[in-house]
Amino acid sequence: MTDAIVVEGLVKRFGATTALDGVDLTVAEGTVLGLLGPNGAGKTTVVRILTTLLQPDAGRVQVAGVDVLRDPDAVRSSIGLTGQYAAVDEYLTGTENLEMVGRLYRLGKREARERARELLERFDLTAAADRPAKTYSGGMRRRLDIAASLIARPRIVFLDEPTTGLDPRSRLAMWEFIADLATGGTTVLLTTQYLEEADRLADRMVVIDRGRVIARGTADELKAQVGGQRLELTLASAGDLVPAAERLRPLGTDEPHLDDSTRRLSLPVSGGMDVIAEAVRRLDGTGVEVLDLALRRPDLDDVFLTLTGHAAEEEPAGTEGDRTPAATGGAPR
Amino acid sequence: MTTLAQTLSDSATVTRRNLIKVKRVPDLIVFATLSPIMFVVLFRYVFGGAIGGLPEGISYAEFLLPGIFAQTVVFGSTITGASLADDLQKGLIDRFRSLPMSRSAVLIGRTVADAGLNVISIAVMALTGLVVGWRINSSIGEAVAGFLVLLVFAYAVSWLMAVVGLLVRTPEVVNNASFIVIFPLTFIANTFVPLETFPAVLRTFAEWNPVSAVVQAARELFGNWPPSYPVPDVWALQNPVLYTLIWSAIILAVFVPLSVRLYQRTSTR
Repeated sequence: MTDAIVVEGLVKRFGATTALDGVDLTVAEGTVLGLLGPNGAGKTTVVRILTTLLQPDAGRVQVAGVDVLRDPDAVRSSIGLTGQYAAVDEYLTGTENLEMVGRLYRLGKREARERARELLERFDLTAAADRPAKTYSGGMRRRLDIAASLIARPRIVFLDEPTTGLDPRSRLAMWEFIADLATGGTTVLLTTQYLEEADRLADRMVVIDRGRVIARGTADELKAQVGGQRLELTLASAGDLVPAAERLRPLGTDEPHLDDSTRRLSLPVSGGMDVIAEAVRRLDGTGVEVLDLALRRPDLDDVFLTLTGHAAEEEPAGTEGDRTPAATGGAPR
Repeated sequence: MTTLAQTLSDSATVTRRNLIKVKRVPDLIVFATLSPIMFVVLFRYVFGGAIGGLPEGISYAEFLLPGIFAQTVVFGSTITGASLADDLQKGLIDRFRSLPMSRSAVLIGRTVADAGLNVISIAVMALTGLVVGWRINSSIGEAVAGFLVLLVFAYAVSWLMAVVGLLVRTPEVVNNASFIVIFPLTFIANTFVPLETFPAVLRTFAEWNPVSAVVQAARELFGNWPPSYPVPDVWALQNPVLYTLIWSAIILAVFVPLSVRLYQRTSTR
């Protein structure tokens, strides 16, 4: 299998800020790569460089076998881009938007029209085809935007946070479209903050934070890095976190993790339902009020928390609410 | 396709897109037609009676219309900047830049569409002008040349505004910024009143202001300036067509390459 995208040692600075600090990644032809990271991690900068919108300061970037710096036009002919905002002309109808983009990809008039019709059908926009995009809902605009990026049947498609801001139903629909795309053999690079999204769509993932790759692999490989299941409790009072952690510590296979802001306690455990029973027994009569108690398998949120020390949705600066018992003086020890 | 044919074809595609928008955005139509009508009527009847020193045998309507034409098309050019800023904000420029299209087509398509809008404005104003007493007193050839001088100068200003739009990136700011520059530029000129009434410093500025030359050229070509009547003894106004074309050429020579360069580097952030 050849690589559709090869990135080596990619560096991009904006003034004094280093947005990308030596990113390496490859995407095999016909696979989906999930590029994960919190806001400001550098995901969009990677996409912008790969799609010829931005020039890197250092590194080698090859897309569809072509050096992006040497022949950007050849790259542009093989890619489709859907950015964070739905880049459709709101005064043009769905059909007009698609035909325009098709023509600019140098499709013939008839071919552009044909493809526009096909894509409107496929993205469930036929009924709205002759209405200005201004009248579309957010989900419809996104679909039109993706349709526009697919009009010339590009080999490689870049989707920059394709479901950000969509309601749950539109998000599910979008996931189906993206999955279809991958099934059809298109190489996809997808950025997202939603770990569930990457888990569901991507063959492989690259996690970046502050311009560096901090992990890569399949979803299972990443989950293996954070280990097994966890016991999770939400308490009525943050003041009870430390005493509760003290009572439950013997059940854990590792240190408990406490979060004041969410009043949540998370403890890596092994075993099944009996752990829950034991936990309830141990807290009984301590006066700790438990709002919620559950046994959870790790998801990518845990991966992210483990790798970066902060949750995926948070800004890097928003980590003060997190603490481990060790960080607060080791009280439960 | 050759590169030139591609550029033309891409530019035509973008022009079509921009013209469709004119059809669907009432604001643009209002800007392009109603406000010039208002200007023609207001100036003709509000100031018309009070403005003296006009060339003999010329009514204020005849003196006024070439000035209103010039002011309107120069203001019309600001649409280029505001629209590009809008496209930039909405991520459309990113989309265009990711396509294998000509690097100058978005700008060419924009400026050509805005020139089209200016043609509509001029047509509406000319008709209004005929109603309030404006007349063309020259040959058809000269009249056509008069309209062309106006449109060529406005087209050049469009490219200047393209640079402003790509730098400023906010349509509202483009509008405000250009208003601050273009309002004085079109008023400190022979647009609405004869230059003799200006104080000395303003008068020198007005005499060399390219907008004055555009207006003077249009007046002469439409026959709204008696051939025997003296023109201020300034080279710019003695040779208004040439002076206008020189300015247009300089603006284009500087701002076409500059805006194409900016376009290639700019992007939504």
